[in-house]
Amino acid sequence: MNIDLIPLWLTLKLAFLSAVFLFVLTMPLIFWLHFTASRSGNVIRTLVNMPLVLPPVVVGFYLLLLFSPNHAFGRMLHAVFHTNFVFTFEGLVVGSVLFNLPFMVNPILSGLEALPRNLAEASFILGRSKFATFLRVLLPSIRPALLTGAILTFAHTIGEFGMVLMIGGKIPGVTRVASIAVYDEVESLNFASAHIYSAVLVAISFAVLLVLLLVNKRFARTW
Amino acid sequence: MNQALKLSVSKRLHTAGGDRVLDIHLELGASEFVALFGPSGAGKTTLLRMIAGLTAPDEGTISMDGEQWFNSSRKINLSPQKRRVGLVFQDYALFPAMTVEKNIAYGIRSPADKNRVRYLMETFDLTQLGRRYPDTLSGGQKQRVALARALVPQPQILLLDEPLSALDPAMRSALQEEISRVHRDMPVLTVLVSHDLGEIFRLTSHVFHCVDGKIIAHGSPQEIFGASDDRLRITGQVLAKIEQGVVCIVTVAVGADVSRVAVLRKEAESLAVGDRVSISVKSFTPDIRKLRID
Repeated sequence: MNIDLIPLWLTLKLAFLSAVFLFVLTMPLIFWLHFTASRSGNVIRTLVNMPLVLPPVVVGFYLLLLFSPNHAFGRMLHAVFHTNFVFTFEGLVVGSVLFNLPFMVNPILSGLEALPRNLAEASFILGRSKFATFLRVLLPSIRPALLTGAILTFAHTIGEFGMVLMIGGKIPGVTRVASIAVYDEVESLNFASAHIYSAVLVAISFAVLLVLLLVNKRFARTW
Repeated sequence: MNQALKLSVSKRLHTAGGDRVLDIHLELGASEFVALFGPSGAGKTTLLRMIAGLTAPDEGTISMDGEQWFNSSRKINLSPQKRRVGLVFQDYALFPAMTVEKNIAYGIRSPADKNRVRYLMETFDLTQLGRRYPDTLSGGQKQRVALARALVPQPQILLLDEPLSALDPAMRSALQEEISRVHRDMPVLTVLVSHDLGEIFRLTSHVFHCVDGKIIAHGSPQEIFGASDDRLRITGQVLAKIEQGVVCIVTVAVGADVSRVAVLRKEAESLAVGDRVSISVKSFTPDIRKLRID
């Protein structure tokens, strides 16, 4: 039987890029949320957590409208990035980054909040700014939380379906990721292919979560 | 003596025991070694945090060597980064992801500080531990790292918040000796918060007795703790009261020891379990022996 491996490759690529972009892009947000005393912090936190409760399809639907070249924001995106975010792989990455925000932000913020407050204070007294303290003292002290954030976003992207379908459509070789391929194959009554895609997704998810557990245990032992 | 630290602050505190006002006025000379003594919740830690710039007083002024660190009427409040303060926290606050050497070198602000890192590591006998991480250290070792780290940036004032309270008596004694030696070598104005009278007598020349957010007395340890006469005086905490006929046997914890004292029932009426008490004896020659510390 001939199995098309491209959907699996697309899924892994999407998961990897989402995790990397989220890790880098959320740091300023996490820095601000951790140090702010402003009330708007609560509003931003709520917005970050919206994807936890909204159906993925709803998020996908609004992003689809937002990215559409028929709207001002979509046109602006196009002008800045010279690419279209609707029915493209780039669009999937952007959608996935937004949709996975809580999975990156929450573990890292809880990690920071669990640290004794006097670590940051000791650093301030030794003359270091908030930014230097964040980078040199706080983040290195919560390595397990950083890893948890990265791995959770990776794993969660692998399983995403509704939002990916909305923004990406299911263009073979471009946006038809493994979860959509499963659905497609079942619709066409190709149960064997559906089985294979599903089994691979199960295996990857299991392996990723097992690695997360083992690595966190190792960190717990050394510290 | 010229006064290095001048402080006159007040702040409303919301504590577990209700609201109270902290109202403290102090003037400390350069290179003095003073103690803040008093019950928990008296505001000692808050005072240290105010000097360090971690907590802002509601009103008042703090100045160091003529430089204004805090002035409520002129809206001056220097950040902790801009005050030259060394603070040793009760739980050390060592950076867990950094080696001992990196922890100590963290506060380097000038090339001259680099030499101090090596000097302080030698002084505190930490050279062998440079590559270890804080979690692999004993309490006494952590304390020495915290002290060395606080001294690297040449603070104008060193604040010690019950730095030895978590250590066993032998380690405590050894570290008191080290702190005393370092203060002789590098005479920086030092404020020690402590409940341990032995520590206060051994290290400090002046005591501020702090109760309910106010300094109620200050003076030399002898003056404050009344050891000026030839009485033998020990302080402790009442553990139990048992009435036996006309007397009452009061059990008192003194440091790590427990003593029993017979007092008249009438006198015992004013004592309750948990009270801090002072016991003094005058009429005989006490037997004193040196204890081996090992």
